[in-house]
Amino acid sequence: MENSLQKDFLGAKIGMWLFLFTEIILFGGLFLLYAVDLSKYADDFHKAGQELNVSIGTINTLVLITSSFFIALSITTLRLGKKKITVYLVALTILSAIVFLINKYFEWSAKISHGIYPNSDHLITLPKGEITFYNLYYIMTGLHAVHVLLGIIILSVVCLLLVKNRVTADNFIILENSALYWHLVDLIWIFLYPLFYLIA
Amino acid sequence: MSDYEHILSAKTLTIVWILLLILTYITYKISQINLGYFNVLAALTVATTKAALVIMFFMHLKYEGNVIRYMVFIAFLILAIFIGFTFFDVSYR
Repeated sequence: MENSLQKDFLGAKIGMWLFLFTEIILFGGLFLLYAVDLSKYADDFHKAGQELNVSIGTINTLVLITSSFFIALSITTLRLGKKKITVYLVALTILSAIVFLINKYFEWSAKISHGIYPNSDHLITLPKGEITFYNLYYIMTGLHAVHVLLGIIILSVVCLLLVKNRVTADNFIILENSALYWHLVDLIWIFLYPLFYLIA
Repeated sequence: MSDYEHILSAKTLTIVWILLLILTYITYKISQINLGYFNVLAALTVATTKAALVIMFFMHLKYEGNVIRYMVFIAFLILAIFIGFTFFDVSYR
């Protein structure tokens, strides 16, 4: 039965990339919105951006880059037949994703307790550019956080399949495609980090 | 596909990871100095370099066949067109 099911490795990968393109266009639209508003309200963006916590942003960047490294390495170890290390690496990726979200929780809580959240009484008194900045901040990092959450679920399933030997050294397309998704999540953060935390 | 045989070495991946960490440090340090407009340019240049490293090595694009390579190229070309052309409008309004 397994032999008659010829795995279309290339086809599966192309399908994944096509999905990633829709993600790129989805976030691309938001990046475009950010770019236009930055050119329109440069001073307000600068002022609002200074309120963001650069340390948390930087730590989360390091966490995501490292998690991307773990998942990339897991494909190598799986194909070299080191199953145990592979499971650990995928688990470490999931752990990093959870750390990222915990940091995000503290970051957002601090902002919200200062009355900075969409349509708050404090926020609507600020200049229009600052309101725009914070709205984009919540929408873009929020949508990204949803992707991180989905990544945790996807990678957990992959971890389970690994343990059950449903993903193996010869049949690793599920791990490879999940890794591609996870790298995209990292890729988007690579741009979100300078745009929100540094440029301002 | 050549990809099926190609396995990225742990060494290559580690080097890419270290480069990404260094670039993050650089972009953080540059942002501490006030260079005006150059700050935006520097931040985006570093981010694009980091993105290229992730796509080429972590996402394995360097070792893919032409089909996926061209697909990715066209996707980013379309992204560049729709961001670029919007600015033809926004900049000269």
